Amino acid sequence: MTVVNQNLPKILVFSTEKISDPAIDMAGLLKLHYPPKVYTIVVPCSSAIKPKWILKAFEDGFDGVFIAADGTDCPYGESCVEKTSALVQNTQDKMKTKGIEPAKLRMAAICSVCSEAFVKQMKTFTEYLVNQQ
Amino acid sequence: MKHKIGVYICHCGGNISDYVDVKRVAEEMAKIEGVEISVDTIFACADSSQKQIANDIKEKGIDGIVVASCSPKLHYPTFSSVAEHAGLNKYNYVHANIREQCSWAHSDNKPKATEKAIQIVKAAIARVKESEALETIEVDSQKIIAVIGAGVAGMRAADELADLGIKVYLIEREFFVGGRIAQLDYLCSTTETGKELVTRLYEKIMDNPNITLFTGAEVIEKKGSIGNFNLKVKITPRYIKNKCKKDELLKAIEVCPVEVLDEFNFGITKRKAIYKNFPSEYPQIPTIDSKNCTRCGECEKVCSSIDFSQKEEVLDLSVGSILVATGFDPYTPKENEFGWGIDNVVTLPQFRRIINMCDDKLVYNGKKIKHIAYIYCVGSRQVDGENKYCSRYCCTATLYTSILTKNKYKDVQSYHFTRGIRTYGKQEIVYDKSSRQGDIFLQSYEDEPPMIEQKKGKTIVKINDILTNKMELEVEADLVVLVTGIEPRKDTNISEVLKIPKGRDKFYNEIHMKLRPVETVIDGVTIAGACQGPKNIMESMNSALSAAAKSYSIVNKGKLNLPPIIAVVNKETCTWCNKCLDACPYDAISKISENGKDIAFVNESVCKGCGMCLPVCESDSLELLGYTNHEIENMIKALVD
Repeated sequence: MTVVNQNLPKILVFSTEKISDPAIDMAGLLKLHYPPKVYTIVVPCSSAIKPKWILKAFEDGFDGVFIAADGTDCPYGESCVEKTSALVQNTQDKMKTKGIEPAKLRMAAICSVCSEAFVKQMKTFTEYLVNQQ
Repeated sequence: MKHKIGVYICHCGGNISDYVDVKRVAEEMAKIEGVEISVDTIFACADSSQKQIANDIKEKGIDGIVVASCSPKLHYPTFSSVAEHAGLNKYNYVHANIREQCSWAHSDNKPKATEKAIQIVKAAIARVKESEALETIEVDSQKIIAVIGAGVAGMRAADELADLGIKVYLIEREFFVGGRIAQLDYLCSTTETGKELVTRLYEKIMDNPNITLFTGAEVIEKKGSIGNFNLKVKITPRYIKNKCKKDELLKAIEVCPVEVLDEFNFGITKRKAIYKNFPSEYPQIPTIDSKNCTRCGECEKVCSSIDFSQKEEVLDLSVGSILVATGFDPYTPKENEFGWGIDNVVTLPQFRRIINMCDDKLVYNGKKIKHIAYIYCVGSRQVDGENKYCSRYCCTATLYTSILTKNKYKDVQSYHFTRGIRTYGKQEIVYDKSSRQGDIFLQSYEDEPPMIEQKKGKTIVKINDILTNKMELEVEADLVVLVTGIEPRKDTNISEVLKIPKGRDKFYNEIHMKLRPVETVIDGVTIAGACQGPKNIMESMNSALSAAAKSYSIVNKGKLNLPPIIAVVNKETCTWCNKCLDACPYDAISKISENGKDIAFVNESVCKGCGMCLPVCESDSLELLGYTNHEIENMIKALVD
């Protein structure tokens, strides 16, 4: 990837305590490097993220928001998948009305051992956001 | 709002401070309003550092704590209990992860790693400022433990747990117990065999009414969390009745026309589709291998115990904790690796089966064996391959095998092509004994391993021996034994179901190598034995007992103290639209009337704190304790500032 550090976009990741955050930890353990302007806030479940938090992140200066979703592994049940998709849809609708490109909010299921998938997501998302700048 | 905050930035030896300028992070934090103390510390988890934090709370009136160190999975419990013991509510402690998610993840970019660490700790301070004092919630926990894998580690753990009064479901994928150890004869350095060890453990577990053993059983689904896991276990039938007639069964095995490679003997012999691996194997009933059985019906003609009407079953089991002891696979050499594929080149596990089968003369493929060449570290300590680790058990096992071979057949000569012998601890005696019996040791470095060649029907092992100043030496071997190491199980079904993280070596990963060696990041799931990495039997037993103790501590009280992370309703703004009721997967929400107004009510003992009700509430009247709007929004702002 040919991204100059200075212009790296800031990405806020919502990770989940039991599923995706361990995968992000393991990416560090395995020294799988990803862009350093990725910041994480841990929540219990990806279907607990309020759209207003995501909108606030854009308002405060984040360039992208990534939801590292539980997927079907969610300890609170499989309904997590459709509920997380619904809140993403809902937030993207709100982003449109505020003139924020909906693609700046991304979501992918990151299982507790999906470290490589996470790193790949962070690299491609960073690239996408760089091209938007 | 907290206004006397203590901030501690950990070096973690050099794990953090090699990449993050921790002093600068501490200086930056000291500038933030409300921060009373901001210091760096070599090891925040060290006893002296913990005492310092406790003293600061007691003497300086610190009302909120941030420790920036490793993943909260590792030391959140440590520091929250430091806070608690010093008289601070443990929810006024916030953990900042600057190792796994900063110094290690960005070890390629030190300046940016420091910048990121600053933002992460700022956000933790923003969060602790808003933190409220909360009390833990007590929930019921199942006093039952699932032990997965009935090898020696699993059986030992099950036995111990059952003795402590815990009900155990012992779940074995194979039809017989004992795992890899059942395949072994004399174990170093005794005359007890693997089979005898397995038999002793089996008799103990069968004697204990607290243990239920399932064979041919595979966990296919896991739901729930610590204290209350729900497992679905698929049971494949044996197709043989429980009360069977032994003589008839022996006949049934005899008449079965199907022959397949016998995995128990590592493919050097064949077995039938209806089989038992050895006569004293447990459980004592044979099984029919449904993958290879052609249903020809020959066995049914001679044996009344055969029952093809048995059906696959799926059981639902509720347990409080899961102990995983699924073991290992021996390494299989790649084609041509040290002559693999030549007919007198075998692996150490195969060779041990050969010794077991040859009584007075050592014969393989019809040829008498006199000169044996052992090639060490095959599939371990690889330079080019993936297995960088040492498999720990193989040096000792090989030397002991060489002693047994010499004792049993007298006229054999062993040549050991090593990369340095690692018979640590007491096992050094075995090395000494094999040297005294006249075994010859040759050694090479990893970049110049021994070569195996075939010349005129003879197998020659060549080495530039570093013990004789790199003299080129060769041995004509009747049999080449590849000392193959330990690998993670090839069947990954259970790891996919349980989602236990694996380390760089692909074995299951503990939370902390030294401090929390049997716990995994999946709360309530512990690991034991060689599924975690190469171990000898004694080391497996140690870890089995320690995993048993850990799992026991989770379930023994029948109650668990869980974080008080539950949803709360803002009675002023709630207008009851029932969307939260639909979103809640636990029926924790109901409608109540208060002061003539319908509002939502959250049942604390039922709410699991998932937060699924939060985003659906249009009036934003629901908050999750510990994740309130204030806390999250302040963190977002601090991260980007």
